This record gives sequence, structure tokens and C-alpha cells, in this order.
Amino acid sequence: MLQIKNLHVSIKGKEILKGVNLDINKGEVHAIMGPNGTGKSTLASVIAGKELFEVTEGSITYNGKDLLAMPIEDRAREGIFIGFQYPVEIPGVSITNFMKTALEEIRLYRGLPPLTELEFRKLMKEKAKIVELTEKLSNRSVNEGFSGGEKKRNEIFQMAMLEPSLSILDETDSGLDIDALRIVANGVNQLKSPDNATVVITHYQRLLDYIVPDFVHVLFDGKIVKSGPKELALELEHRGYDWIKEEYEQNLQ
Amino acid sequence: MTPFTQYIKDLYSNIKEQLPGSGNNAVSEIREKGLLELVERDFRTYRKENKAIFEKHIACASGMKPQLTPPPYRPVEEYFHCKVKDFDTRMCIFLNGWYVHTGNPLCVEDNGIIVGSLFEALRQYPKLVFQYLMAENSSREDSLSAINRALFNDGLFVYIPDNVIVEKPIQLISLTDSPNELLLNNRNLIIVGKNARVSFIQCDDSIQFKPSFINNVTKIYLDENADFSYYKMENKNPESLLFNEVDVEQKGHSHFYSNAMTFNTGYLRNKINVFLKEPFAATKMYGLYLVDKKQHVDNQIFIDHQVTDCESYQLYKGIVDDEAVANFLGHVVVRQDSQRTVASQTNRNITLTDNARVTSKPFLEIYADDVKCNHGTTVGQLDEEAMYYLRTRGICEVNARRLLMLAFANEIAEFIQIDSLKARYKEMIRKRLNGELTICDQCVLHCPHLGM
Ligand SMILES: Nc1ncnc2c1ncn2[C@@H]1O[C@H](COP(=O)(O)OP(=O)(O)OP(=O)(O)O)[C@@H](O)[C@H]1O
Ligand SMILES: [Mg+2]
Repeated sequence: MLQIKNLHVSIKGKEILKGVNLDINKGEVHAIMGPNGTGKSTLASVIAGKELFEVTEGSITYNGKDLLAMPIEDRAREGIFIGFQYPVEIPGVSITNFMKTALEEIRLYRGLPPLTELEFRKLMKEKAKIVELTEKLSNRSVNEGFSGGEKKRNEIFQMAMLEPSLSILDETDSGLDIDALRIVANGVNQLKSPDNATVVITHYQRLLDYIVPDFVHVLFDGKIVKSGPKELALELEHRGYDWIKEEYEQNLQ
Repeated sequence: MTPFTQYIKDLYSNIKEQLPGSGNNAVSEIREKGLLELVERDFRTYRKENKAIFEKHIACASGMKPQLTPPPYRPVEEYFHCKVKDFDTRMCIFLNGWYVHTGNPLCVEDNGIIVGSLFEALRQYPKLVFQYLMAENSSREDSLSAINRALFNDGLFVYIPDNVIVEKPIQLISLTDSPNELLLNNRNLIIVGKNARVSFIQCDDSIQFKPSFINNVTKIYLDENADFSYYKMENKNPESLLFNEVDVEQKGHSHFYSNAMTFNTGYLRNKINVFLKEPFAATKMYGLYLVDKKQHVDNQIFIDHQVTDCESYQLYKGIVDDEAVANFLGHVVVRQDSQRTVASQTNRNITLTDNARVTSKPFLEIYADDVKCNHGTTVGQLDEEAMYYLRTRGICEVNARRLLMLAFANEIAEFIQIDSLKARYKEMIRKRLNGELTICDQCVLHCPHLGM
């Protein structure tokens, strides 16, 4: 589904990603971990299409297409969803209007007929239930004045609405209380199918207890320096990153 | 003397006998004083501060003339439809500067409300009207106000007695429909008694798209605890010059609310001067301008906190496209010892092209120490982060931009207190930002292509 090959990314002349390789297939769940500031969010942003980041080398192929050549909105229409670490507040734009516009455009792109007002409202209700988002929230402006946890739930709600085939969730667990974490994780699991794939970026094993990954990757110094089964996350939780760093430095020498 | 001042001077001597109220000494005195003041001022401030505006938008009116006799009566429906749905108002129409009526120029109701022609009111209630008409001119008058005093034709007179709550808004519609290039000066006088309440909507509309120079002055007097809402909108052609001055005097505990929306105009200057004369008066002003092509809109606000414990609040927003120009000038004065004043002033602008020009000048002048004042202005583009976020959900750039502009503009519409008007404004904003209203250059409020 997604192939990242030797991806190098710079921002303002500073190289952040220094040759990332990653293959993601249908039905898989990947976890990306790694110390702060190593480029996890950068990777998600490049997949989303943020123009600030400059790809200096390498490629990303999505369902056989050159992802890097696609405009931001087409990536979403092709089924990519990013749950942001820091969702943006948009005063004056209601969640309802936002989702209506997004769905209309995505459906048009996919050759599907537009939803009727009734169908749309039903869908909103149904999906809000998945993340236990109150209906009151959907009349409010996107993320404006939302608590940290509400913002994250709202991201998953949008994911549920847009039914992506590849979801990349960047620290969706941070800022969630224990119940909310379970709710969000359950939401993600409900949306999982053999046809779609999920990438979770996280610092904690906690989330991975609920969303069980098939692969765990460690991003360090702009590269994926180690990959392994779900047990790797447990090991990281116990041992921290020092041993990864040491291994990596030894390999360099 | 500038040629334009000379022109007005000559025009005045030629037509003064034909102007309404010419037999009345007091009226003549007002006119003569106005003329003297014009000659003395001679647009000096304009020429100093904004020569381009004077030359491009004022002096070019040389040669334009007032219509000296009322147009023959025609039923209003023949030439004008208000497009606001379910909008139940008391409509007062001025056509080419003349009050349109079917034989009754002044309506006096059982509860004491008086609405109609200013000159007729002057004839029937000389004492009441003169007291206000002769009142000292505000410190804010300029050369244009002076022209208005010299040449004022008629105007709307509104009197709301103490304790009367007027449910139906009063709507003043000024239309121009003439093959000639008109120079019009209307003077409106609105008196709102103690504890009285009324909403007022002022619309300026062109039927024929001829160059015109409209220079209106509206004087509003709010007695204790009066509540007055003022809405201003216009649909003018690109060749029109529209100067609109509103002077408000507020007594204790009175409330003034205004909302000025500009969608289509040539050159427009909305000037509002508010004088807070007794404690606990409050004023709230909102404005929105969505201008494109070569439109030009100036909003000039002056708020004078003369006493303690008053509040003023301003929020003006604009989206400026193409080569349009928007200026915001907000001046708040807090006089000495006007303690516990609260004043807030905000002006936010979005420019959509490199050629769109916005000047925003907030100006707080504070001579008291126990005050809460703040101001903020921004001129910028749309929030890039928000654009990005919307696009990552599959929304194309054009629609993302629209959503953000709509949100930006609707904030002002939300403050409209009359539901049907609010709905209409929102519809207009939506259409305007969707580009639907720019299809036809000249029809906005009543474009038949929109099926409205
Ligand atoms: N807009 C930007 N301008 C300058 N530097 C940036 C920008 N965005 C990211 N960076 C830098 O890129 C590096 C990687 O940041 P990124 O956000 O991808 O890290 P991360 O792995 O997601 O970290 P965390 O675990 O803290 O979320 C950091 O050094 C960061 O300071
Ligand atoms: Mg991050």
C-alpha cells in the first residue's frame, strides 16, 4: 500500500529525515516510536503533504502512485488520513460544515453520489458515537476551545467519517485520560479492516495494549534504526532508548 | 479656494431660492453658516491627509447638481423591491433626495411616534425640530458636513416619545434613479426618548448607474436609557460617491448599536461619531466590508468618552480583493476624569491580492487613569495552518479558502439582532465569497439572475 524508499527531508536547510525506508501493507498495524525530536511528526507531515518540508531524496509510493506529486487534498481523497499531534483550531468553521464539505469533495473524487442531508446527519451521529463525542461538540467550531483530549477524539471522529485506507495517528494517546484512551483505541479498532492499514506514532506501550501492532519501528536520528514485533515496544518501555543509541552508534563505526 | 468649493459656492447662490425652507430665516441661517464654514475649511484636512481621495473621489463631483423638484409619484413597487425575506419594516423611501409619499409627508401615530419628511416636521413642530436642528455642530464636522448644511434638501425625521418600544424597524431607503448626475444632500434627524427602543436600517441603492455624489448626515439623539440599533447597507454602482455621516449623542444608560455591511459600492465613506455625554452610556459598533475590483471603502469612527463609566466597543472586519482599497480609522478619546471607561477597538483585515490595499489606524487618546482600553489591528492573509488542516481532509484549496473567509465574515453577521436580516446577510456573504455576486458587476442586492 505505502512504500517509503530512502526518504530524505529537510526543513530550512536542516536535514531531519536521513533515509527512511518503510513498507506498509493492507491489514497491518505499525507502531513508530523514538525519542523526542527525531522526526516522527515530520514523517507524518511529509505523507500529508505539508509544503514546509522539502524532500531532497527518495520516494513515497501509495497504491502504485507517486504520492509526493499529489496535492494535499488528493492524498486525503485517495484514502490517507493523518491524526495530528497538534490539531489546528479553526474559529467560525463548524465541525458539521467542515465534515460536510470534506465528504462531498471526497465522494465526488471517488465517483460516489453526494449524501443527502438526512444520510449525512445519520452518519455524523453514528460516527460520533464511536468516539463518544457529544453532539453538542459538532456544532462548535473545529477544535476551538477544545480540551487536549477533545481535540484528539475529534481527530478520530474525522477519521471515522472519512473512512481512510491508511491512517497515521500521531500521538493520539497523549493528553487522553484513562477512559478516553480506551474509547479512542476502541474507536480505532472498530474502524480496522483487512483492507486498511494503521500507523500509530506513540511514546507509550499503554496505547499498544489496545491497538496491538504487527510491527514496531524505532525512528532515531532521522532513520528507522530498528524494527521488530510488538514485543519491541515492551522492551523499549523497560529499557528506554539508550541501548538503541549505543547499537546505532556501534553500527555507524 | 479649490475649484470644487468655488463650484459649491456658485451652485448655492444659484439655487438657494429653490432649496426647501427658503422662506424660513432660521433655515437660511443654517445654510449660510454651512457655506461660510465650507469656504473656511475648503477641504484643507482632506487635501493634507489624503489628497488622492479628495481629487479622485470628491473634487470630481464638480458639475453635479441636486434635483430641485420632487419626482412625480410612482408606486414604489414599480421601481424597488427590498430583497430581505420576511422583513417587516416601516419603509421610508427617498428618491433622488425627495421623500416619497402619497399625500401625507408626515405620519403621526396615536402613541406619539412621528415619522416622515424633515421639512414637514419643521412646519408642524417647529419648536421640537429647531431645538435639534440648530444644536451646536459637533466638533467632528468637516467640509462635507458643511456642504450638507448649506445644501440639505430634505431628510427623514423620526421622533420616538419616552417609553415607547417600537417593534417594527424603521427602514430608510435612499434611491437614485435619474438620467442626470446627481449631487444629493439629505439630513436625517432621529430623536429617541427616555426608555424608548427602535431599530433603524439605512439602505442606499442605485437604480440607474449614473455617477452620483451623495452626502448624507444623520443626527441621532438618544435620551436616558434609550436603545437604538442602526444598520447600514448599500448597493451602489462603481461610479457612485457615497458619504454617510452619523452623529450620535448619548445620554445616561442609553445604548447605541450599529452594524455596517458593505458588499458593493463605488467610493464609500461611513463616518460615525459617538458622543457619550452621561455616565453608563454604551456603544457597540460592528462592521464588515467585502470589497473587490476598484471599490473603495473608508470607515471612520470617533468615540468621545466625555464622562465616567461609559463603554465603547468596536469590531470591524474586511476582506479586500483585486485592487480594492479599505481604510479603517478608529479614534477613541477618553477625556480627563472619565474614569472607569471601558473601550475596545479591533480591526481585522484579510487581503487576497498584492494589489488590494488596507490601511488601519487605531488611535486611543486617553486622559484619564482608571480606564480599561485596548485596541488591535491585523492585516494579513488567511491562516496557512488552517488551510493545510482543511486540505488534509480532502477539501480543495478554493473551498478551504471559502470556508475560512466565510467564518471570518460571518462573525459580524452573527451580531445582527434581526433574524431575517441576519439570514439575508449570511446569504449575501456566502454568495459574495462564492464569487456568485461578482458575475454581474452591478447588481448585488437585487440581481435578477440570482432569482432573489
Ligand atoms: N516548522 C519547523 N521549523 C523548524 N524546525 C522544525 C519544524 N518542524 C519540525 N522541526 C524540527 O524537526 C525535528 C523533528 O521534529 P518532529 O516534530 O518531527 O519530531 P518528533 O519525532 O515528532 O518529536 P516528538 O516526539 O516530540 O513529537 C525537530 O528537531 C524539530 O525541532
Ligand atoms: Mg511529534
